[in-house]
Order: sequence, then structure tokens, then C-alpha cells
Amino acid sequence: MAVELDVFVGNTTIMDEEVYQLWLDGYSVNDAVKVRMEGGVLEEFEASADVLLSDTMDQYRTFQMCERLLHSPTKLANQLLFQIPPHRQAILIERYYAFDDAFVREVLGKKLSKGTKKDLDDISAKTGVTLKSCRRQFDNFKRVFKVVEELKGPLVENIRQHFLLSDKLARDYAAIVFFANNRFETGKRKLQYLTFQDFAFCAGQLINNWTVGALDSMVEDMDVDLDKEFLQDLKELRILITDKDLLDQHKSLVCTALRGKTKAFNEMEANFKNLSRGLVNIAAKLTNTKDVRDFFIDLVEKVCTFLKKCSFFFHKCCKQRQAVQPKFSDACASLSRRRCDVTSPPTFSPSLLSLAVQTDGQLRT
Amino acid sequence: MPGKLKAKIVAGRHLPVMDRASDLTDAFVEVKFGNTTFKTDVYHKSLNPQWNSEWFKFEVDDEDLQDEPLQVTVLDHDTYSANDAIGKVYIDIDPLLCSEAASDISGWFPIYDTIHGIRGEINILVKVELFNDLNRFRQSSCGVKFFCTTSIPQCYRAVMVHGFVEELVVNEDPEYQWIDRIRTPRASNEARQRLISLMSGELQRKIGLKVLEMGGNAVVGYLQCFDLEGESGLVVRAIGTACTLDKLSCGSAPSTSTHMHPNTAPASNACSSPSKDGKEPLFGEDLPSSSGPPTPFRALPTSSSSPPPFSPFKPCSRQSSSSDTDLSLTPKTGMGSGGSGGKEAGPLKTLLRQQTQTALEQRGASSGLLLNVREFPFFTLTSFPPGFLVHVGGVVSARSVKLLDRIHNPALGNTRSYKLLDWNSVTADEPETRDAWWEEIRQEIKSHAKALGCHAVVGYNESTSICEEVCILSASGTAAILNARYMREGCLDIGSTDHRFEEPSPPSCGFCHIPYDEFNMPFPAQLTYCCHCRRQKVPDVLFTTIDLPPDAAVTGKGCLIQARLCRLKKKAQGEVNATAISNLLPFMEYELHTQLMNKLKLRSMNALFGLHIQISVGENMLLGLASATGVYLTALPAPGGIQIAGKSPGDLSNEHHILTIQKRITDTIAKNKELYQINTPKLFTLDPEVNGGINMVLSMELTEEVVGSPIPESRQRTRLFRSHSESSDELSELDLSHGKKDAFVLEMDDTDAVENIHFLLTDASPPTGFYSCNTEIMPGIYNWTSGVQMFTSVRVLRLSNANLTNQGLNKIFTDLCENLLKSFYFKLRSMIPCCLCHLKFTVAVPEEELIQVTVTAVSMTFDKNQIQEKLTDKPITKGSSETEEQLQFPLELSADLSSTSTQPSSKISGVPENTSVSPRAASVDYGSFADRCSTWLELLRLKAHTIRRGSVKTISSLERCSPLPEGRSRSLRSSRSSGGSSVTVVRMTPLSFLPGTNIIKYLGIINMFFIRETTSLREEGGVSGFLHAFIAEVFAMVRAHVAALGGNALAQCLINVSGDAVICVRETDQEPTSSTTNIGQTCSSGADGAT
Repeated sequence: MAVELDVFVGNTTIMDEEVYQLWLDGYSVNDAVKVRMEGGVLEEFEASADVLLSDTMDQYRTFQMCERLLHSPTKLANQLLFQIPPHRQAILIERYYAFDDAFVREVLGKKLSKGTKKDLDDISAKTGVTLKSCRRQFDNFKRVFKVVEELKGPLVENIRQHFLLSDKLARDYAAIVFFANNRFETGKRKLQYLTFQDFAFCAGQLINNWTVGALDSMVEDMDVDLDKEFLQDLKELRILITDKDLLDQHKSLVCTALRGKTKAFNEMEANFKNLSRGLVNIAAKLTNTKDVRDFFIDLVEKVCTFLKKCSFFFHKCCKQRQAVQPKFSDACASLSRRRCDVTSPPTFSPSLLSLAVQTDGQLRT
Repeated sequence: MPGKLKAKIVAGRHLPVMDRASDLTDAFVEVKFGNTTFKTDVYHKSLNPQWNSEWFKFEVDDEDLQDEPLQVTVLDHDTYSANDAIGKVYIDIDPLLCSEAASDISGWFPIYDTIHGIRGEINILVKVELFNDLNRFRQSSCGVKFFCTTSIPQCYRAVMVHGFVEELVVNEDPEYQWIDRIRTPRASNEARQRLISLMSGELQRKIGLKVLEMGGNAVVGYLQCFDLEGESGLVVRAIGTACTLDKLSCGSAPSTSTHMHPNTAPASNACSSPSKDGKEPLFGEDLPSSSGPPTPFRALPTSSSSPPPFSPFKPCSRQSSSSDTDLSLTPKTGMGSGGSGGKEAGPLKTLLRQQTQTALEQRGASSGLLLNVREFPFFTLTSFPPGFLVHVGGVVSARSVKLLDRIHNPALGNTRSYKLLDWNSVTADEPETRDAWWEEIRQEIKSHAKALGCHAVVGYNESTSICEEVCILSASGTAAILNARYMREGCLDIGSTDHRFEEPSPPSCGFCHIPYDEFNMPFPAQLTYCCHCRRQKVPDVLFTTIDLPPDAAVTGKGCLIQARLCRLKKKAQGEVNATAISNLLPFMEYELHTQLMNKLKLRSMNALFGLHIQISVGENMLLGLASATGVYLTALPAPGGIQIAGKSPGDLSNEHHILTIQKRITDTIAKNKELYQINTPKLFTLDPEVNGGINMVLSMELTEEVVGSPIPESRQRTRLFRSHSESSDELSELDLSHGKKDAFVLEMDDTDAVENIHFLLTDASPPTGFYSCNTEIMPGIYNWTSGVQMFTSVRVLRLSNANLTNQGLNKIFTDLCENLLKSFYFKLRSMIPCCLCHLKFTVAVPEEELIQVTVTAVSMTFDKNQIQEKLTDKPITKGSSETEEQLQFPLELSADLSSTSTQPSSKISGVPENTSVSPRAASVDYGSFADRCSTWLELLRLKAHTIRRGSVKTISSLERCSPLPEGRSRSLRSSRSSGGSSVTVVRMTPLSFLPGTNIIKYLGIINMFFIRETTSLREEGGVSGFLHAFIAEVFAMVRAHVAALGGNALAQCLINVSGDAVICVRETDQEPTSSTTNIGQTCSSGADGAT
């Protein structure tokens, strides 16, 4: 006696969020049934295991049929096949595009190619995320990347519009796309302590300030590429360490800005020269693609570790990083913007570290 | 009325990629109607083409307009090779032909391909301009409205009900034509799809003509069925009720327009007047005994042969196959009947019967009923305007087994020549043969109804089950007496409230009063005075196929009651097979009936509504499934309990066993009472133990269990005894209560019986918060909220072990059904508290070892408060000693009732809330779904799957004047979310009805037929995945068509869809690995929108 066929179709598509999550997590039908049984749905509704199995199968089938639509979420809204209330649709999409931090951390900055996809089983083993789920997440990244790659206009906005994602998720995807495009190295041991959210924050800052799009908003450019011209301009920052006057001026400006705003002010003031040199050296090298990739490694090595050493930022490293880096970029960005020359560096340089420290203070409190 | 049909192709979207190189498509569209074809330009390289074509105009005859669908084909242009078809859309123009219906069709339609399913959508605009042409000889019937709902549509009032219309159209099935061997699957599917579409158009037109002839303007309760008879052809048949309907303007309340009429009085009087032949024997006795006449139920005076009284079951006498089943099995008291009268001699009976019949006829004539004019006073409606239904007699049904003709073997069936028509001499394609078959059955039904003292049959339904060349035709209905007023012109206007006082039987119980005369009962029944009005007699149990009349007084809630039965049968061919089947049928009916009765008692209810008995044939078994909604009618006496009797009283262990079972039964009854909130006044509650003492047990088996008759073994399993109390019913009202202390006695005389009792107890009751019924609304629940979910579910079970016994099979089948129900409860748990309404089970035996069950239903949420209130009441009433409590209950309910039954239309002006619930329009229903299915080798065929969805509309005037704020596809969505609240968007639901709404306008009926086939079953996710996708697609297409109809009028709110669907799945193994599945589904839906 075997059930040959078992189908249930509702006019309004019935989806159980719990089962959806199990499906997304890559559970097989049988495993999902087990999980659900442990979850206690059965007792609640006096159902038997058979009922649960058939329900799970049905839902899995529905999700599989829906998956095609989820690949282009805008279609989901005006397709006729499934009748799903709008708020449900939003949940479906949001959940489908959600990802595991552990997984994304592994893939961040890697090329979204077939080669990487082949390594997914290793990643799966390492992170404990099922292979199925890894594939879905990877494919999501790739899909978003492909769509957004060719589009003009602000990256986050594009993602949000094409995939109907929430603002937060769209920003995360923007970060992923940005990292994948620039191939920033994030996998080194030194960077392991950084979470995806740390990187995402940096990516947001970089996108806002360092890309071509940051300059003049929309004009046919892309948010995904760093502004070459700007990177070129960064070279000129060297003057901040080579010219004694400017260095002092810079220092005084930064100190004025930061005074009283951070507990670590004294250490900062004492080590200003070293700090400044580390940052400027990194900035000056960025015209080189290889150095762009190593940007985060350099930053951590040259700046953060140094800061750590002198207990500048206590030991909350990730917070430091979040703080330092954007402001650094901020500063550089403003530099570029003004197309300043050697004669007027003092006007901008205070921002370089001062704001960094400031933010750090805020973060800590 | 020739007309001009105009179509415009606007745009497409989400088209599939047809050109691999560019990942794009060069799409263009062909629009075809009749023999005329137009083409749009090719829109190059786009998946979202904007054709924005000119208006394509077709000048056509209205006959064609009715028959033909508009055929829109989307193709991919190929410069070098032939153009590839992407898919098609068939649009039925019928809804546009009604003056007051939709003015145009416009919207996104899914593009459907029989191999690939839905492939993108296309936006089409269709309009029709009709010219008036008063040709008397016209063949068209434009303007006749069709409604699939089995009640008078909400925004209309019935001026006159004309009666039964039926028609059938027969054609060769293209699937079986020689050409099918050489054409592509797609071509063959499309040919079939088109043919069926044409046939149903033609059928509808012909029915329309009949209606016009009768002077009506609408068909209500329209039911279309497809019989895929395989090689012998394709039969499309339809039945309906012709009516003259008047559109209500929004101001006038339908409730006032349809009233009780004074005329009921004579009718009912007539019925209760004793007729001369007072000692007429109980008809229930001999039902299957009649050997000769095609209508074994002896009521037909024309049957010349008098049935031998005591040999009811000689197989030889019945090879004709007409099975009988009828009255005696299913009528209201059904099984309870018994008595001794059956032993009269046959000839006498016939004589008496004739007398009764004439008496009845005279009676009918004298009371001014015009029904006799019509050949078949049948009504497919299941719910009626107040006052229409005067009395209900009981269920009448008839079945007949036929051999589908193969033209080449004329040797078959000569023995069957006493049939009305010698079907062997007629080729299978001739509709006359089928007509004759149905005619025969209808005659039989009619005569049964007469025997019950009724002049009409309501809730009438016909169905077939086909296996190879054997075909079971079944018809069933409820014998009733109707108010003649509705049959006459213009009568409705006279009716007004003041006549109510003259009405002898109050609406809340009047329909229960017996239509026949108590001294001359057609079958033995226990009559008592109506517990409600105390004036007239009522039977102890009432079985009907109709919905619960809205104004009936009910105690507690109703519930779904199912009887399930499997019977093994030897494999056989042709005539032998037919004989075997017809021999089995009566036993199955009997047993189903027994089960129903026992289950009813177990729930302490006393009436069944919406009874539907389905028997389907397979190669080696017969499946029977009876579903109904049990209700405790306040008017009927409280049901007795069930008692177990052991065969050998001496055996101690046995006795102990019996005691435990008895206890379980008693407990179950008590539990059920609590569950369904049945609080019978104490006087009527029964304590089985006490009863045991008083009662003298009359052995009264049903029907033909007459001593000496060759009773097949299976029948002996359950013996029913009715205990009879000494006090006579004729005594005063007080005595009444004592008179009711009867109990059913189940005798456990062998293991089978024990098993049966176990089955009784295995039926799980729905979990808290759930109710289920198979009628349109749940008796006892009145405060529906807006949550509605319609669903379809199909389950196929493969029986693994070949040597199954009947018992084993029964168990499997019962579990299958129970599990399905459990699944529903589980899946829909988020809707709690809710009720599964209109549960339609359809069973089939697609192949030797497969059992298939298909269910469609709608679940509706209702206000929790009511429930909670009742739940809290429960503990108090549980004690059931306080009579006051209990008495209040029914009162409260009936108060509820009357408030809801006042029709909402008066509130139309702006209040769309729950107050205006008018659920009568609801009808969701799957017709038949038979199925033949073979694993990988033969044919898998789910056949004749009828979806009928009714639904509703609402509008408040507020909504009406507001413009449509959103695009169509959007509004479809928003409609769902907005539910019953007064949001100014178009709201749609393909569901039967949206509570809290009111139908303002019906847009018409849609007919669709889909065939789906695939060569890559595996990719589609196996059979389940394939079917799942297919059903989802069908739903989507129905939704789209309705949206297109409804979305055009500003501010119309909801849409009514009702339709029929046929699925046939075919699976052939062409290569060992890939199997082809082919599903055809017809879906005809009536879409009605509201403005």
C-alpha cells in the first residue's frame, strides 16, 4: 500500500513559514519532517506523521515551483500561477535572499564563478550550512551580481528595485557585489576576526565615497567600480608625511577635532605620525590592482594592529575597523573631491583621523 | 442576432525564450474565430512584446458566438523554419452575449500550452456588438443566463421556476481517431480541447433554446458533465433548472420578494389527507425484487410484470443491470423502516401502487400544480427561496448499469432487450441512445418520488462511472412537494408577509413534515408529531440531497458524515461484468446506508443534508462513498442510541466485550453531543440501559431481509433492530417524549460485525476549531468572516497486497479518506476557527490496484467569539440537567437564524460587513472525477473531474462610485488581502462566496477545457508534481478569465466563478524511461461579477 500521488492545491497558495525555512536551509523532506515532529506541531493538531509528510511534500513542491519566480522577484508580483498575498510575497522573497553570515564570509571577495561554486562542498563542510543552501545563496549572489553589473545608477537602489528586497538586505547585497567585483581579499587569517557586517559597513562607505558613482550621483557610471581618478589623486597624500609642516598642521587639526572626544586621545596624539604614515602609505598604493585587493589586509596590518598595540582603540577590533576605515576613506574622498593640491592640505587633513576617533568614541559608548 | 466580435491584442509578458541564440522571442499572435484568422505584426526580440494591435473584427452569427471560443495563438516567428507555437488562449465569449452581463473582456490571460503548461501571459481586449434580429427560427439562445450555483443567484429573484432542462451531445473522441496516430501530441490535445469546447458551447446553446421554449430566461444549477467513454465516444451532458429571473435593483430586498405563499396550504393539506388505499404495503420491502422492469422499484404502474414477492435477489432476474437503490434504501427513514407489511403479494402491490399514483396525480391536479405538464419535475437546485419547498419526502435514487456499445459486437446484450431502447442497434455516436438511458433513469426517479407522495424532485443530480465498457449511470434527488406558486407566472408578486399567518407549517419545520399520508406510508417509518410545531407528523430520520433550508430550526452544529465501502469483484468482461456489478450494487447501497444511519446515530443527529452517494467501478472492485452533512433538526425527534447485542448471551467473555464496546459507543455519543453542541431537551435524551428494559425489540431488517429470502452473506453483518416503544405515537404530546426512546441495536454476530462497529468508532472528529460539512453552509454557524480558501486535493493509493478481503479494503479506504481530512485540518490550521464547507469527495478506481480520491472544498473562517461563547457554555450545558438551559439553546439559534436569513440587500447601501452575509450563493463543488491510471505501462487517466465553483460578490455603494485605483493584476492581489472590508478596490475571489458580501451582478459563465501532457514526467517532479502544477495552472487560468471579465467595470467588487472541470491524465510509456502524461481538464466556470 503506497501513496502514489498526493496533491493539495489551494486557491490561495498555502505556505508554512517554518517549512519554508527548512526548505531554504536545504533539509530533505524526511529531515524536515523529523524537525517538524520535534517541533511539536503534531501534538498540537493531533496529526500523524503521514499527515506531516504529505504536508511537507506538498509545500516542498510548491516552493520548487515558486523558485523559478523567486529568481526574478518582480515576476512574482504579477504572475498568475500562485495567488499569494503581497505581504507573504515579501516574506518569501526576503527569506529566499537571506543568507548565512558564516557562508557569505567565506565567499566574500571571491570571484562568483563556476570554480568557486565547485568549492561549495568544502565551504558547506566548514560552515555547517547544507550544500543545497550554499548553492542557493551562491546563486543568489551571482544572480544579483549579473543583473546589477550592467545597470546604471545607485547600486543599492538597483538591487532593491530588481529584487524587491528590504533596505538592509539590499545594502548587504550591494556589499557582496562590491566585494566580488573588486575582489578584495577577505579570507586571510588576519582578517578572520572580522564579521560580514564589518565588511558590509566598509563596503557601504566605499560605495558612497570612493566609487565613480559617489562623485556625481547618477551619471552613467557604476557604483561597483572604484574611481580610478580618485585613487590616482590619493597618491598626492604622500605630502602629508613627507612635508614636515604639513604633517604638523595635519596633526594639529586632527587633534583639535578629536580633543576630548576619545579616551585614547593621548595615545593617538603621541603616535600620530606613525598612524598617519600607515594610512597614507596604503592610500598611495591603491592605484595598483593587487594592492586594492589587499586593501583590508594592509589596513589591518598597518593601522589596526598598530592601534591595537598602543591600545588606541582598546581591543574591540572590529569596532575599530569599522570606525577607522570609513573615515579614512571619507577623508580621502573629500580630498579627491576638492582636487586639492599640495598647497592646501591642512584644510582637509584633520578629518582623516579625527573623525575616525570620534566615531570610535561613539561606537564604544 | 448576428453580432460583431472585436478583439484587440495589447501586449504580452513573461514569454518563454524561444530563440536560444538571443535568449529572446519574436512573437506574434493569431486570432481565430470560426474560420477567420487575423495576425498581428511580429514584435521582434522581446519577452514582453507590445503589439497594441488594431481591432480585429469578426462578423458572425450568434449561433457561432455561442458555440465557438475565440482562439488566440501566440507564436514565435521564424524566418526559415516553421513558426513555433508558444501557446494558446481560448476565450469563451458567452458572458458577453448577455445584455446585462459584462460589457467586455479584458485582462491578462495565461498562455497555455498542452505540453508545457503556462508560458507567459497576454493582454487581450474583447468586445461584442449584437444586432437585434427577431428570427423565430433561430438556433441560438443568446441572452439566456447560466448559473452554476444551485440556488437562486443573489441579485435576482425567481419569478417563475419552469423546471428541468437537460441535453447531451455526443461526439467521437479525437483521442481515439485514426488520425491521432500520426499527428503530434500537441495537435491531438488541441483538437480535443477545441472539440470539447465546441461541444460544451453547443450544449449550452441547445439548453438555452429549451429554456426559451419554456419561456424562461435563465438556467440555475447548471451542471455540465463529461463522460469520456473511450472508443465509444465523448459525451457532454448538462442538466439545469430553467427559471425566469428578475434582476433586483439594489434597493429592493430579495427577501421580501420571495415569500411564503398561501398556496402552500392546499398542497400540504392534500398531502396529509388520507387516501383510500390506507393499507398500502410498505414499499421498502421489495425493492430489488422486480425482475422485469427496468425500474425495479415497483412504483411504476406501467411495469406489467409483477415481481415475485420473495425472491428479490436472484441474480438472473436482474441481469439487466438496472440497479435499484432507491427509496427503500435511501429515503428518509431509510433503514429504520421495517415492519411486516412487506410480505404482501406482488400483484396486489402493483395494483395498490397504481391507485396511489392516480390518487397522487389527482391530488396534484386539484391543488393546481402545473407540474404534471412537464415531463420531469426535477430541480437541480439545492436551496430555494423561502416558501418554495413545502415538504420533503426523502432521497430517491436510481442506478443503472450499461454496456457501452462497440459497434462491432452486436452479439452482446440481447438479453437486455427489454430496455426502453434496444441500444445495440444504435450506433454509439447517436445521442438518442444516451438520451434513452437517462430517460429511463429519470422515469424511475420520478416514480420513486411519486411513491413518496411527492410531485417533484429537488437537489437532482446525475453522474456516471465508467470502467472499460461498463458504465454506471446514477441519478439521485430528494422527493419534495413544492409550492405551486413558483411554477406559475407572475405569482410572486402577490406574496406578502400577511400570508404567513395562514401558512400551516412554519418555515422552520414545515419542510420536515411528511408529504405522504401516514396511514399509507411508502415505507415503514416511525412518525411522531413535529417537535417544533406539534401539529404535523414528522419521520424520525430525514435524508435529503439538498442544502439545509436557511430557515430550518437546527440544534447545535452539523458535521460531515461519510460512509465508505469497498467491494471486491471478479474481473470479467462485458455482460458478465455488468451483471456482476448490478448484483453488487444493491448490497453496497444497503451497506452504505446502514453505515450512514449508524454514524448519524452515533453523533445523535437526525437528518442528513446534501447526501451524495457515489459508486465507482474498477476492474476488480467497486467503491462506494456516501457523504452528507448530519444535522440535528429540532423538529424531528431525538435519535435513539445504539445498542450492541451479542449473538450468544451465555458467553461471559463475549458479554464483557460487548459491554466495553457498548460503553465506548455511549461515550462517543456523549462526546459527539458535546462536540456538536447538541443539547437535546432532556425528555428526549436517551439512556440506552433504561431503554433496553422497556423496549421490545422488533426485528426489522431493512428492506428485503424477509425471512426466507436468500440473503447474501454480506448482508448479515449488521442487523439493525429498531426498538419500539409501547406508547403509541398517536397519544398526546407528552407521550411523545417517551415514544422516542428507541435505540438502534447492532448485533454482533460475527467478526465482520465487530469490525464494522470498530469502523464506526474510528471516525475521528475534527480537531477543535474545525467543522466540516458537505453542504454549502455549515448548519449552526452563522457569523462567517472573510477568510476563504478553496482547495483541491488528489490522492492515489496503490494497494500492494493482492489478496485483500473486503474488510481489509474497507479499512484502507476509510483510512485514506480519514487521512485526507486530517491533512486538511492540519494544512488549514492557520485559519482556525474555520469550517470546511462543501467538501466534495470523488472516488475512482483508475486501475486494478489503485484507489483515487479527489476532494474539493472551501474553508471559511468564522467569528471565534461565537465559538468561544459556545465553548464556555458547554460545561454548563454538559450536565444537561437544567432544562431551561437546553431549551434556550434552540431558541437562541433560531433567533440567530432569522436574523441572518433576512436577506442583506437592504443593507446594500454601504454596509459590506458581516451583517450582510448571504451565503446561499456559495457553491464550490467538484463534480465527478473518475480516473483511470496505469503505472508505467498503460493509461493513466483521471477522468471527468468537475470543478464547480460558485462565488460571490459584494459591493457597497461606496465602492461602486469609487474608481478603480489599481491595475488589474494588482487589484487581483489586493482583492485578496482586503477581504470583506470596504476597500475601494476590485476584489475578486474564485471561491464560492465571500462572506460579508452581496452579489450584485453576474457576469456570465466561462467554459474552459485544458489538456496537459508531458514527456518529461521526471523533470516535472513525478506525477504529483505534474498534477500539482496542473491544478495550480487551472486555478490561475480561471482566476485570470474571471479577472478579465470582472475587472472591466468600474468598481465592481467580486466575481463569481462556477464551473466544471474534467481532468484526464494519460500516461503511456513510449520509451522505458520517459513517460507521457496527458491531462485534460475542462473547466467551465461561470463568472459573475458584481457592480
